[in-house]
Amino acid sequence: MVVQALCFYLFSAVAIASAVMVISSRNPVHSVLFLILAFFNAAGLFVLMGAEFLGMILVVVYLGAVTVLFLFVVMMLNINVAEMRQGFLQYLPIGATVGLILLVELFMVLGGWAISPEAAQVAQVPTPPPEQVSNTAALGNVLYTKYVYLFQASGIVLLVAMIGAIVLTLRTRTGVRRQNLREQSFRTRDESVEVKKVQSGSGV
Amino acid sequence: MTYDLATIAPELFLLVSAMALLMLGAFRQGNPTGLVLSLATVATVITFVLVWLQPTARELAFGGLFVRDGFGNFMKGLILVGSSVSLIMAWRFIERENMSRFEFPVLMLFATVGMMMMVSANDLISLYIGLELQSLSLYVIAAFRRDTLRSTESGLKYFVLGALSSGMLLYGSSLVYGFAGTTNFNTLAEILQQAAQAGEAPSIGLIVGVVFVMAGLAFKVGGVPFHMWTPDVYEGAPTPVTAFFASAPKIAAMALFARVLMGPFAELVAQWQQVVVAISLLSMVLGALAAISQTNIKRLMAYSSIGHVGYALIGLAAGTEAGVRGLAVYMAIYLFMNLGTFAVILCMRQKDRMVENIDDLRGLSRTHPLMALAMGIFMFSMAGIPPLAGFFSKLYVFLAAIEAQLYTLAVVGVLSSVVGAFYYLRIVKLMYFDEPAESFDQPFGREMSLIMGAAGAITLLFFVFPSPIVSGAEAAAASLLAAAG
Repeated sequence: MVVQALCFYLFSAVAIASAVMVISSRNPVHSVLFLILAFFNAAGLFVLMGAEFLGMILVVVYLGAVTVLFLFVVMMLNINVAEMRQGFLQYLPIGATVGLILLVELFMVLGGWAISPEAAQVAQVPTPPPEQVSNTAALGNVLYTKYVYLFQASGIVLLVAMIGAIVLTLRTRTGVRRQNLREQSFRTRDESVEVKKVQSGSGV
Repeated sequence: MTYDLATIAPELFLLVSAMALLMLGAFRQGNPTGLVLSLATVATVITFVLVWLQPTARELAFGGLFVRDGFGNFMKGLILVGSSVSLIMAWRFIERENMSRFEFPVLMLFATVGMMMMVSANDLISLYIGLELQSLSLYVIAAFRRDTLRSTESGLKYFVLGALSSGMLLYGSSLVYGFAGTTNFNTLAEILQQAAQAGEAPSIGLIVGVVFVMAGLAFKVGGVPFHMWTPDVYEGAPTPVTAFFASAPKIAAMALFARVLMGPFAELVAQWQQVVVAISLLSMVLGALAAISQTNIKRLMAYSSIGHVGYALIGLAAGTEAGVRGLAVYMAIYLFMNLGTFAVILCMRQKDRMVENIDDLRGLSRTHPLMALAMGIFMFSMAGIPPLAGFFSKLYVFLAAIEAQLYTLAVVGVLSSVVGAFYYLRIVKLMYFDEPAESFDQPFGREMSLIMGAAGAITLLFFVFPSPIVSGAEAAAASLLAAAG
């Protein structure tokens, strides 16, 4: 129990600290690196809760793919940090006030919250007991049966995202030399090599 | 399972045709845009027929994630009219304005599928996925003219603010789930009903969640104070896209708003009513006042749409069957007026360029009398002058407000529509009493005249044959409330 509590506080403290660093560090590359750290600790929290599938997905998808792509983009763009920070101090007081008020209000609302027993009863797909089914299998059991509508619909959302990325960024350039494998392998010696007899001393 | 597929047949058809058209566009030689665009229009028309043929009895599909009922069918019909007319209006435009790529109609179809899923959502998760499908497609088509600064700016603004609103919606949904233990609308309604019968006050956390969900939805309908994106996006997006934005997504978001509040959260009416009243009041007043100083007609239409959202929300604020009927009638009439007005705006071209200033309409009655007549009808109707359709749509919502004893809303609504009449009538004045400016390019194309004529006829003759729209709206409202009760 003590180890669990220690791990929880470690993961959450590092997650919060690195989240703060994401928005406050001067170098955008450092921001992305801190974002990776924050995600990693969030994954740790998931594992601690027994949701190992979500934890691993977070590592594979967010760390492995999304943030690394982010890192590439940040490195390729020439971001002027000083320019982006202009007005940061100017808006800080009012932004911080609004944020604080919201935080306090949410604490007041959620402070006394506990999962109500009725809530557990009405849960649409009750969690199977963990000693019988691992949570990866449990997710698999409902994902393609009960939630097939949502699963397919999310697939379409991703398709639209892909079309959108292509529409907004793909440019067909003219005059680009492309490799044409078919043409390459079917050409004969006669088409491409020309033998010239050169008289010695006169040049081509 | 087979029955489930029959229940979602219209959505399924539209989705499959969108994907088929995507393949057609990608693999056909030459420029397939014209073909894909016309086939997309045909697909929306067929889907409209399929929706028409759907029974109106309430039926759940996919374990309660999806619902088909009279309300949904009515709203889907309106959405499909909006999409197909916007597609028709885009025919010539995208060729002319150098945005002739086949992805445009395909994305419009995907957005339409998203809207239909939103309208039929019976669960917070399916609500969110439908909303995201719609929004993501709309972000892309707002930025479709990627080489112009204004179009990309509008797409980016829409994306950033839309993502923020989705975040709020999701946060609210997670609170609702945490406090009620379910995301299903039917179960939520049952739980809240039982709690009310037992005399328990609803937990504050649940109410906070509902308020967050409402803030997210208010972003999507563009109600004050969540309206900031509307004028910039409307102005920057290509005009047929603006016409689409102002019609179909507004109707879908409004229908979703009504379904969420009147369905699962019907018991919390005392709590959400205040919020809807506030959004409605602010939208009406801001829509009327801010439009006065506009010179660009697309910005003017943006503020006008904010105002109209305010009026339509009066019906929702009433929280009664008459109120929902008013909302449905309002959205139907708004759709036709709006599509007609945008058809006129799309014809505003001088020397092969689009012009967007209100002053360019000067003296239109002499250069293009029929077009001026149509525009005049739409403007009078939007101002709410009897016996045009816009008057009746306002009448229904005001009556519902008075029945529900929301006198402030009705009074402010009448006052702000008087203020709003100023800028609508100014356009009529410019067209009929000012010296002609440069004439617009001819010809507009037969489909434009047809859209203007049809929308004008519906707006003008609504009071003679009100029954198709009114009885449809009545049945829709009844089916929505029957589910809640």
